[in-house]
Amino acid sequence: MPDLPLRFLAILLANGLLVGAMYALVALGFVLIYKATDAINFAQGEFVMFAGFLAAGAIHLAGAPWWASALLTIAAMIGFGFVLERVVLRPLLGRPIIAVIMATIGLAAVLRGTATMAFGGGTQTIPLPIPDTPLRLGPLILPPIELVGAGVSLGFLAAFGWFFLKSRIGVAMRAVADNQQVAMAMGINVQRYFALAWALAGVVSALGGVLWGAMLGVDNQLALVGLKVFPVMILGGLDSVVGAVVGGLIVGCVESVSAGFLDPIVGGGTKDFIPFLLMIAVLMVRPEGIFGRRRIERV
Amino acid sequence: MFHSETGIFKTSYAADMALYPLPVARWAVAGLAVLFVFVVPWVASPYLMTLLNLVLIAIVGAVGLDILVGFTGLISIGEGGFMSVGAYTAANLIVRLGLPFWLAIPAGGLMAALVGIIVGIPSLRIKGLYLAIATLAAQFIIEWLINHVTWISGGIEASIQVPPPELFGWKLVGSRQLYYFLLFFAVLAIVATLNLMRSRIGRAFIAIRDRDIAAEIIGINIFRYKLYAFAISSFYAGVAGVLYTYYLGIANYEQFGIDVSIDYLAMIIIGGLGSVLGSIFGAIFITLLPEATRLFLTDFGSIVFSADTIRRLVPNLTLILFGGLIIFFLIVEPEGLNRLWRNVRNYFRVWPFSY
Repeated sequence: MPDLPLRFLAILLANGLLVGAMYALVALGFVLIYKATDAINFAQGEFVMFAGFLAAGAIHLAGAPWWASALLTIAAMIGFGFVLERVVLRPLLGRPIIAVIMATIGLAAVLRGTATMAFGGGTQTIPLPIPDTPLRLGPLILPPIELVGAGVSLGFLAAFGWFFLKSRIGVAMRAVADNQQVAMAMGINVQRYFALAWALAGVVSALGGVLWGAMLGVDNQLALVGLKVFPVMILGGLDSVVGAVVGGLIVGCVESVSAGFLDPIVGGGTKDFIPFLLMIAVLMVRPEGIFGRRRIERV
Repeated sequence: MFHSETGIFKTSYAADMALYPLPVARWAVAGLAVLFVFVVPWVASPYLMTLLNLVLIAIVGAVGLDILVGFTGLISIGEGGFMSVGAYTAANLIVRLGLPFWLAIPAGGLMAALVGIIVGIPSLRIKGLYLAIATLAAQFIIEWLINHVTWISGGIEASIQVPPPELFGWKLVGSRQLYYFLLFFAVLAIVATLNLMRSRIGRAFIAIRDRDIAAEIIGINIFRYKLYAFAISSFYAGVAGVLYTYYLGIANYEQFGIDVSIDYLAMIIIGGLGSVLGSIFGAIFITLLPEATRLFLTDFGSIVFSADTIRRLVPNLTLILFGGLIIFFLIVEPEGLNRLWRNVRNYFRVWPFSY
């Protein structure tokens, strides 16, 4: 235990907030899909991993500069989202929830196998032009990659907020999410917006893949980010963009603080475990999450 | 004995609920029993016996999971966690107290059932997706606890060595003895499930799956029955965990990870949800898939690829095939292998005159 617990706590919290913002970005992918299509994407982590592999591949194999590879990854993931919706998700419309869950789990297996087969099992790097020397901010020491990641994430989340509230497409997507039948009656092409939601999830995963990949390195383990995001979503509410942000920040902080204070006592690994405990507690007390909408079920 | 049906002529509920709707089925089951008890273990190679043993363990787990997911409609991604609870409970009892297998196996099952009930408590308030995520959390929490509490896991390695099961002072070692041991429990699991599903409890499960609110209105205490479903399903999972521990001779938490949970879900999906026979088909299919892929690639792939490439390809290709098949079955044949089997059976049942 360090001699200045308060300063230690501040460092942990700052780190947690930065990482949390990046969790929020991945969680946004889930929320987008859930809001628009009522499906949950258990392959979100694998999306991120796949995007990371694509970005790393574009840099190392094709020798593209980092910005070109990021753009390329985004474009590829948009295409991937569209194809996926058309081939896998659309035939499953109106089927029980376990069908969609299992389909995305199957998809996760396919992506993991394909990525390792195509890019090898080793860890690859995504070199972004970001210095390695940690930034000193008063008492805090922050790694620049996390700062950039959090900045990009928050910027993107704000852009999404604006997109949903103001733009015509965003309003249509909210209408679809709210009530598919009414949206259809108002002349909205629901299926097109389903496809769009998957494409947007692709964009989010591409960004997540580049950022997380630059931070952790790209390999199979990157997909675990997807599992981390379940507590984030449940905490914030499955259908709330604001919830994704707040949930991400809370989980980031809780994780970081528990890793700092509890790990020395119980011998490590609390980081992967405390968020899930928190999630169970939320599920027991308020299943719809902090910002989620309560659904009333009628026979 | 050998005849073609012309219609349904049942005059009592007992006849309607009979396990064997046709005399042919009775003969078929008897034939299979003879085949698997007297013929297979004496002709199969040790390698095949190993695979068969794995299939038998998978059948116990898959049938149990199907009670929860297929019959009651509660999605669980925590099968691996429940299996590890059974495995470690039994391993600790066997090593510390020297319990024989016929006490250790139910003990492992009961402990898993208890944990299952605890995990099932949130199902009072949440269902569907949320419940799936809650069971996923349970999986991680159980894994973490077993890995970090040395009192359970027996040290840093988190694995406990277990002596082979003993019957009347006769140690069951080698794949053939283990085969009979596992076959007994697999058959027990199948028969118990078939009978459970004909009982009041089983029909309550199905009512809850079909529409839980409607089930509540016709007088089923859904909370209690959901907990029953969790308890019974976890009991099976725990037993499967103990059996696997006996099979390996060691309890190790790495054998019961999230991928195991997903494997079992895949079994019941590919086999066909809500059918015991389907779970058996699924268990066979998913257990043999990696081996089949490996054999196919080493036999036919060697024409194109080098041995080294193949070794690298096999695990990834298995993974792709695994995921692809899940998606394929979900889209093309949601009722799974069981449905395919029924189609074939119904074709031959009325065979020469199908109109």
